[in-house]
Amino acid sequence: MAAKVITVTSGKGGVGKTTNVANIAAGLALGGSKVVCIDGDIGLRNLDVVLGLENRIVYDLVDVIEGRCRLRQAMIKDKRIADLYLIPAAQTRDKTAVSPSDMVRLCDQLRLEFDWIVIDCPAGIERGFRNALAPADMVLVVTNPEISAVRDADRIIGLVEAEEKGPALLILNRVNMEMVKRGDMLTPDDVVDLLAIELIGIIPEDEQVLVGSNQGVPVVFDQKSRAGQAFRNVCARLNGENVPFMELEARPALFGRLGKLFRGAAN
Amino acid sequence: MFRRKQKSASSAKDRLQFVLIHDRTNLTPEQMNRLKDELLAVLAKYVSIDGQGVNISVEQDGREQRLLADIPLKPAETLRRR
Ligand SMILES: Nc1ncnc2c1ncn2[C@@H]1O[C@H](COP(=O)(O)OP(=O)(O)OP(=O)(O)O)[C@@H](O)[C@H]1O
Ligand SMILES: [Mg+2]
Repeated sequence: MAAKVITVTSGKGGVGKTTNVANIAAGLALGGSKVVCIDGDIGLRNLDVVLGLENRIVYDLVDVIEGRCRLRQAMIKDKRIADLYLIPAAQTRDKTAVSPSDMVRLCDQLRLEFDWIVIDCPAGIERGFRNALAPADMVLVVTNPEISAVRDADRIIGLVEAEEKGPALLILNRVNMEMVKRGDMLTPDDVVDLLAIELIGIIPEDEQVLVGSNQGVPVVFDQKSRAGQAFRNVCARLNGENVPFMELEARPALFGRLGKLFRGAAN
Repeated sequence: MFRRKQKSASSAKDRLQFVLIHDRTNLTPEQMNRLKDELLAVLAKYVSIDGQGVNISVEQDGREQRLLADIPLKPAETLRRR
């Protein structure tokens, strides 16, 4: 086994990186892969609560790096799925407690044991971003169909290319189809046109995302949620399947009517 | 100036297109204009330019930017007199 390291980043904060990491990691594990996710947002950890694993943290990423515990001890196993682990961020330290080469070394240790390593990147283009980028084999850039998020995504995509970690793949999160239909929200095609990178996911705006994070249950577990389906599709694409993009109908009533659900657009 | 008829998503797209070109080239609109003026000034030392038809723009080619200059030249003086 040799894991693939996926770094999820964005430029602008609050666009859904942590949500994406939690759902992609859980979705890949649901599909039978061995997955570990790493919270790279030192000082502002959140992946633990989104995954519902906050009560079980003893050691964190910085404890591992500074040798206060063994790697194993900082890996929290998710009891709901066979092979999902979390390495939480330290809450009381800052980004400089870890260096890019620490992250490369850590991931090299994990690679042998896992299929996927998914890293949650902090917002911004500073040290935390460098740390999360250093070990990446693949970079997913999350953005919203919103002017400043798209602009910042473009900056990040450029930086990823400059670090020779490109081409990044795009996840367009929080698409509100009613607004798209009114002409009041950039369409996925618009965003792809502007950023000129390949799309790997279109995630609808979905209240169930918040419901899920309230409960510490990523929405990817919810068979009925549209965002959950969109995340499962991202995971299938990561596994090399050619899944058409969902038609983002405004009403969820179409669920199950597969003919209407899929537009058959190329991957 | 007034784009009331335009849907908000399409003005977002237009504005982003503009902003991304300047972000990616690291040139402000002001610098871009100076670049055009200076470029034309240099060319004018050698050829005579038909200012009306000049079109200098930065185009996107995937994630790369390309400076396209379409600069019509006036016929040389001697030819024109005939
Ligand atoms: N598809 C979606 N539908 C509805 N709400 C969403 C969706 N994606 C994310 N959210 C909500 O948006 C908020 C921000 O998400 P999240 O914390 O994942 O962003 P982030 O990019 O990790 O933020 P930060 O930059 O602060 O780390 C959360 O409240 C989350 O529940
Ligand atoms: Mg986050």
